[in-house]
This record gives sequence, C-alpha cells and structure tokens, in this order.
Amino acid sequence: MAKIMDMKSAIGEYVKPGSTVMFGGFLGCNAPLRAIDEIVEEGIGELTAISAVNSFTNSDIGLLFDNKLIKKFIASHIGTNKVAVEQYKNGQIEMEYYPQGTLIEKIRCAGAGLGGVLTPTGVGTLVEEGKEKKVLDGKEYLLETALGADVAIIKGFKADKEGNILYKGTANSNPIMATAAKVTIAEVEEIVEVGEIPSCSVGTPGIFIDAICLGYEADKYRDAIREMCKSVGIYR
Amino acid sequence: MKAKEIIAKRAAQEFKDGMVVNLGFGIPILAGNNIPEGVNVTLQSENGMLNFGATAPIGEDDPCMCSAGGAPIKELSGCSVFNLDTSFLIIRGGHVDLTMLGALEVDQMGNIANWAMPYGEGKWGPGMGGAMDLLAGAKSVLVTTTHTTKSGASKILKKCTLPLSAAGVVKTIVTELAFMEVRDEGLVLKEVAPGVTVEEVVAKTDADLIIPEKVGVMQF
Repeated sequence: MAKIMDMKSAIGEYVKPGSTVMFGGFLGCNAPLRAIDEIVEEGIGELTAISAVNSFTNSDIGLLFDNKLIKKFIASHIGTNKVAVEQYKNGQIEMEYYPQGTLIEKIRCAGAGLGGVLTPTGVGTLVEEGKEKKVLDGKEYLLETALGADVAIIKGFKADKEGNILYKGTANSNPIMATAAKVTIAEVEEIVEVGEIPSCSVGTPGIFIDAICLGYEADKYRDAIREMCKSVGIYR
Repeated sequence: MKAKEIIAKRAAQEFKDGMVVNLGFGIPILAGNNIPEGVNVTLQSENGMLNFGATAPIGEDDPCMCSAGGAPIKELSGCSVFNLDTSFLIIRGGHVDLTMLGALEVDQMGNIANWAMPYGEGKWGPGMGGAMDLLAGAKSVLVTTTHTTKSGASKILKKCTLPLSAAGVVKTIVTELAFMEVRDEGLVLKEVAPGVTVEEVVAKTDADLIIPEKVGVMQF
C-alpha cells in the first residue's frame, strides 16, 4: 500500500548502491527532479539507470552522470549529454541501446506480466544481434523481452493519499514505468485528499505506488526547464 | 536560397492535406514552417502529443507541455497528449502517414543510417531515439539531407557504410541539388534544383542514378 514519505527517507530506503532505477521524464519534462537531487546528495552510485532518452548536460538525470553515479545506462539515446558520451567513450559507463518504442514496450511487458513482444523495429540493424527472430505472415519481427527494475521513480502532478496519480501535460514514460519495478516512488507537486482527483483523471492507480513523496513547488520545475532551454539555445 | 532552405521548401511540397506527420530535428522542422497554404497536417511528437504548435515564449511556457526537443510548446486546436507507449503505438502501428528525417547516409536501396557514428571499438552513438520505430512504421519515409558532407563526399551512396537504422524503407530523398525517388528498379532522379544540371548531380552522387528522359526542375 502506498505511504506518504519524505523524499530523503524514500530514496534512503529504496535506492541502494548498484540498484537498477527507472527514471520517468523526457529531457527534463515531467522528470522527478527532487528525487534525482536527493540521490546526488546521498551519493548513491553504481546505478543502472533506465530512461526513454538522455537529458541535456547539467540537468535532470544529467546530474547523475556529472556526479559519476551511473554504471550502466539503458536508453534510446545518449547524445544530448556530452558528459555521458565522454564517460561511455572512456569506458566509465556501459551503454545499452533500444529503439524508444521497443524500450517502452519492454518496460510495459515487465509491468503487464508479459515475457516480451515481437516488433519489426530494428530488423536489419545492429539491434537484432543476439535476438530471436520470428516471421509472421511473411514479415520479420524481433523478440524483445521484458525489462523491469528495482525501483521506478516517476513524476506526477498530484497524488491523493492512496497514491492515485494525476499527470499534467505530456506524461511520457512515467505511467508505464510506474507499473514495472519492484518499488515505485512517485514525486508529485501536491498531495491531496482521497476523492479530490476525479476517478476518470487518475493516470496511475494507487496500487502501483509504494511511496508518495512531495517534490518541489511548481515554480522550481518551470525554472529548471527555462534554465535548460537557455543552456541549449531554445530560450535566449 | 541556402541549401537548407531549398531542401525544406521542396520537402514541404510533399505535405498533403490530412496527413499525420512526424518531423525529425533540423531541416524537417524547417519544412514544417513551410507547409503550403490550404494544406492541413497533424503533427505528431514522439514524446506523446498530436496537434502541437510553436515554442511557447517565456511567460506562456508550461514545463509539463514540452516537445521531443525539450522546448515548452503551445497547443493547437484539437491537441491531445498521451503516454509514451501510445505515442509509439501511433508511430510503429502505421498511423503516421509521413515521416521526414535527416540521415548520415542513405543509399539507392532505400537503406538509411542516422543513429550510429563510431564512438570507439564496438561503441556507437548518439543513439536512435525514436527514429528506428518511425522508419519501421511510418507509411512513407522522406529523407532530407545535404547532398554531400562538409568535405564534399556524397551522402547518397550505392550502399551505406555506417550501421543502418532501417533497411529498404526510404521512399524519397530531398537534397539541395536533387529530388530523388527510391523504386524497385533503383534510385530515380526526378528533379534538380534551379540552376543545377543533371551532370552536376551525377558527379556529386555515389549512387547509381536512373536518369529519365525528362528531369524536372524544383518549383518554388
């Protein structure tokens, strides 16, 4: 059952050196920034991080690379983050690529009790190396197996006290990751009473959530995106 | 016109009314700024959005509504957002009519390489992101690329040398010199850019080009 915890306690209890951790978010958007700051603060390292894409430098999960806390990165892309690219080239981190649609299906499989999926994506490329192929109706598919984690850290907008999550905007990988790990930590901007989130607006039912943690205030997420956009030239 | 502008404007003529379109970074986004008048397309963003608009200026920005490039964006009428698995269901499931994306290399068999440059022994990057899913699932694939690298080497090859993103999927290639179609019989030169000769295109192309009796000129 979901319980309300402060972020420090939740990270301390569930994220250990060497843990495999899924991080929701997409280039900083709807990313669990407070949880990441807490992992950096505690210096929890040797992590295997799973994310849809990488971050830009000096923001979001980029802080984990900056602080040398990553052992292995599983994602569809590394190139937005120069620090991560250098660490990969130097052999400081391992990199495992999956096409983004494949990655999210692998994660969905882990949550859904499926052994894997058959996808046409990656046929005829390096991605097919070591994977079983199936031909169905004359079309080739790769067998991609489930990918779970020790912990999923997701970012919602609001949670009620039973862990029902309301997302805002592009929820990206958060709702899928919420289903796929042994433990799910939800970082939210506000914790409300049960019933305040209409049932039809619940993006992730509370049964998937272990720890409900208050994140930062809304301004902090907005400013983080603005800073990130300035650093890459989107904003002047 | 600059090379990128020629490519973007010619590629934009391939937008047809009613299409669902996914645009890669760079020139494809420029093409999106040149959609012909009277043509309405629905833009899809891989991070989970349909019908999005331009970058939202500071003050109108919502940090929860961002594009696949990280920028806070505006909603257009009829905008919808959805989770990443639904976004890739749309992409891989054949619900995107046209994807435009850039390439490191493309070849006369319709192969494309756009995710992997050598990062050291057995290491590649920057990664495929959503490109491989788009290439596997979109109904039509249009590649926008400069015809040659900065050092003058052709990017339109007989056979790609870098690791592929997908095999045999490219239908159309638009460069600052030429508009080409990949067909069963090979790579056909359909049009040249204004002021460009067929001979110049052939000289700057590694691939074997099929030259029809009549080669058109791009119209802007």
